[in-house]
Amino acid sequence: MKPEGKKRIWAEYQKEIPDDHFFYVRSCIRQTFFAGSEQHFLKILREDLGKDVFEDPRHTTCTGIGYHGDVVPFETIQTVVARHFALATEAGYKHIAISCVTSFGIYSEILETWKHFPETLARTREDLYKATGRTFEVPETISHASDIIYKFRDEIARKAKYNLVDIKTGKPLKVVEHIGCHYSKMFPKYGVGGAEFPHVLTGMIEAWGGDVIDYPERRHCCGFGFRQYLVQANRGYSLFASRKKFESMEPYQPDLIIANCPGCTMFMDRWQYTIKEIDGITYGADGQGIPVLTYEEVAGLVLGYDPWDIGLQYHNVQSLPLLRRMGIKADPARRFLAKDGTPLPEPANLING
Amino acid sequence: MSEQKANRFGFAINRSRAINYDTSDRKVREYVTMREPSFRLCFACGGCTATCTAGQHASFNLRRMNTYIRRGEIDSLREEVARCMLCGKCLLVCPRGVNTRNVVATTAEALRKLDRNEL
Amino acid sequence: MKEKRKHVIVAGGGVAGMEAAGSLAEMGIRVTLVEKGEDPGGHLLQWHALFPGRRPAEEVRKYLRKRIAHENINVITRTTVEKVRHHGHEIIADLSGGTEERADALIVATGFDLFDAHRKEEYGYGIYDNVITSADLEEMFNGKRVVRADGSVPSRIGFIHCVGSRDEKVNNNHCSKVCCVTAVKQAIEVRKLLPESEVFCFYMDMRMFGPYYEELYRESQEVHNVNYMRGKVSEASVNINNRLVIKVEDTLAGRPLKMELDLMVLMVGMEMSKPGARLAEASGLNTGINRFLESADQHYGTNRSGVAGIFYAGTCTAPMNITDTISHSRSAVEETVRYLGGR
Repeated sequence: MKPEGKKRIWAEYQKEIPDDHFFYVRSCIRQTFFAGSEQHFLKILREDLGKDVFEDPRHTTCTGIGYHGDVVPFETIQTVVARHFALATEAGYKHIAISCVTSFGIYSEILETWKHFPETLARTREDLYKATGRTFEVPETISHASDIIYKFRDEIARKAKYNLVDIKTGKPLKVVEHIGCHYSKMFPKYGVGGAEFPHVLTGMIEAWGGDVIDYPERRHCCGFGFRQYLVQANRGYSLFASRKKFESMEPYQPDLIIANCPGCTMFMDRWQYTIKEIDGITYGADGQGIPVLTYEEVAGLVLGYDPWDIGLQYHNVQSLPLLRRMGIKADPARRFLAKDGTPLPEPANLING
Repeated sequence: MSEQKANRFGFAINRSRAINYDTSDRKVREYVTMREPSFRLCFACGGCTATCTAGQHASFNLRRMNTYIRRGEIDSLREEVARCMLCGKCLLVCPRGVNTRNVVATTAEALRKLDRNEL
Repeated sequence: MKEKRKHVIVAGGGVAGMEAAGSLAEMGIRVTLVEKGEDPGGHLLQWHALFPGRRPAEEVRKYLRKRIAHENINVITRTTVEKVRHHGHEIIADLSGGTEERADALIVATGFDLFDAHRKEEYGYGIYDNVITSADLEEMFNGKRVVRADGSVPSRIGFIHCVGSRDEKVNNNHCSKVCCVTAVKQAIEVRKLLPESEVFCFYMDMRMFGPYYEELYRESQEVHNVNYMRGKVSEASVNINNRLVIKVEDTLAGRPLKMELDLMVLMVGMEMSKPGARLAEASGLNTGINRFLESADQHYGTNRSGVAGIFYAGTCTAPMNITDTISHSRSAVEETVRYLGGR
């Protein structure tokens, strides 16, 4: 593989990521599935990097799950997103930071629609005004939260307490990057590095010392697919897609998967348990499973945050071997204890627990 | 075991629909090509299928069967080949002069040999 | 007073330009042949053998070299015609060096550019070691060695048709015409060089438009056992053994298919050449939706620009093979001579 070929593509897909003053829109599911991710995004930006990130408690779901599940019409979701823009306008923010790839895809789709069909923007303004009395400015930029961590990856690397390196062997960890489909497949120009060779997570992994694995099914969807997983009987579709990826990356024995999409991270983590139950197969080196982390969780580890504060214990595939490899000391006995020592609920059926 | 476990979740892992050329069995193709070299000439026009007596009332498709032979899709091939009545009408139509009737006969022979581990 | 000898500028020294220059010179017309490269010859310079008969490209190169070795022809290399202007009946060509050339007429023969395969990102040209273009393969044929980047002999080779042609994603809806038959020719050559190899052509349609092309296609199946699969390859990647893995639909089976390849050859199409596009833009010459020069009439005026004294020859108007390029070039000369005589 010729790295200069990828650099050539990356140079063609550079988007504007602002330096500061973000209006943050949260994901519906991330706070449940990776409890510390969004919190650490805010901590890293505010405390480690000294950035201004604004949140408005009146911000709601973007209704993306309903939209992709065919129960929320496009006009409705445009109006909901317009309301978010109105909140940003009210607070004086022009740059939206989006936590979720589904939302990011929806924001991209709506902005492109408004650009190409200005009458839809006019109609949305009218709908929003009628419904809420609000008006809004179209934001100057939209960034996915991973775009922002990508932008500051070198600064994070300079403050790093740990690297994506096996401290025993000194070798870089082998890391799989997985990009949510709606990050750049619909609109490649909205993604750092485009759709075929996205740079957004690769850039972080390389800046923090890891080696990126380019395996045959790298570009394949995790199978999340909304309508597929929403119906229980159809989940075999989703499961099949994730397994296809695990089988394809298996020969490389990856230490870690980093994803930038809530659905992908959740499914690639939880499906490892399901596949273990159905097929009796556990992936990863020594059959220990492959931890699937968000980019904020990895950034948090690199910056030296406590893994149990980050919330790694609430993933199905536990990260203790990974932490040992990186030289991060974490007491397994404290995993499910609150700060004051109160026991927290312990999830069942953990892999490598 | 797989079925039993699957019931617990209410769904199973879907099977792949993709043809994996690197794992498929092309012994039948080799057998047919060697004995009926004109088989190589098929360019999938579908003339044979259009005129096929069996194809009018059963899902027999000689054009598709040729593709299965080439890709080594044995299970699909088995279903196809049994439906041919060997009337030979396809021979008259083929613009590339493929000995279509013999392709079917040779394929059936190859499948029998495959079952007996003679390929 | 003796009439001043006529002078024609030919912009572009590929097959069309060389043939036009030679024909004009033969008729006693003074020619200035302006070529952007080091030597005239165009794309033919890097080609090893030509379809349909697989004759050595050198035979045609030799013919063309002989064609322009004429006292009436002045060849200017490393130069392009950037703009054409009129001064009365006179044509003034602004050349890239800043000089100008005056003449009675000008033939545009700026040819084509090969599609830049990097633009089809999903195929990983310039990233994966064993993805090459049809032009790269001709270079390998010149060296009589078809090998992978690590020097090993490929056992399975795939030809991907329509790379940069018939593809809205790269703004080329046109068919480049010659890539299908080039793939058939190259597939045969690979099979002859590497008899143990397995060769696949992945096509959307097989467009065998010229004489003996269909016969060559048939020969490739019958004699050389080249495999054809109808489907557009959607992406390529590499596995841990650095073998390419492609995804394609076998549209005749109606199912997606995955296959490993040792070498993947991208059949790059034709686009309007960059110097040609600059010249058209600067001189106000019409271009079509395919961005090639638009002739005054599609049926009986394909050499006419619609502008007095400016004529078109060869692939600056549309993709064509060498045979048609030479014919088109000769008819451009005929149009030019008629124009000069009528003035």
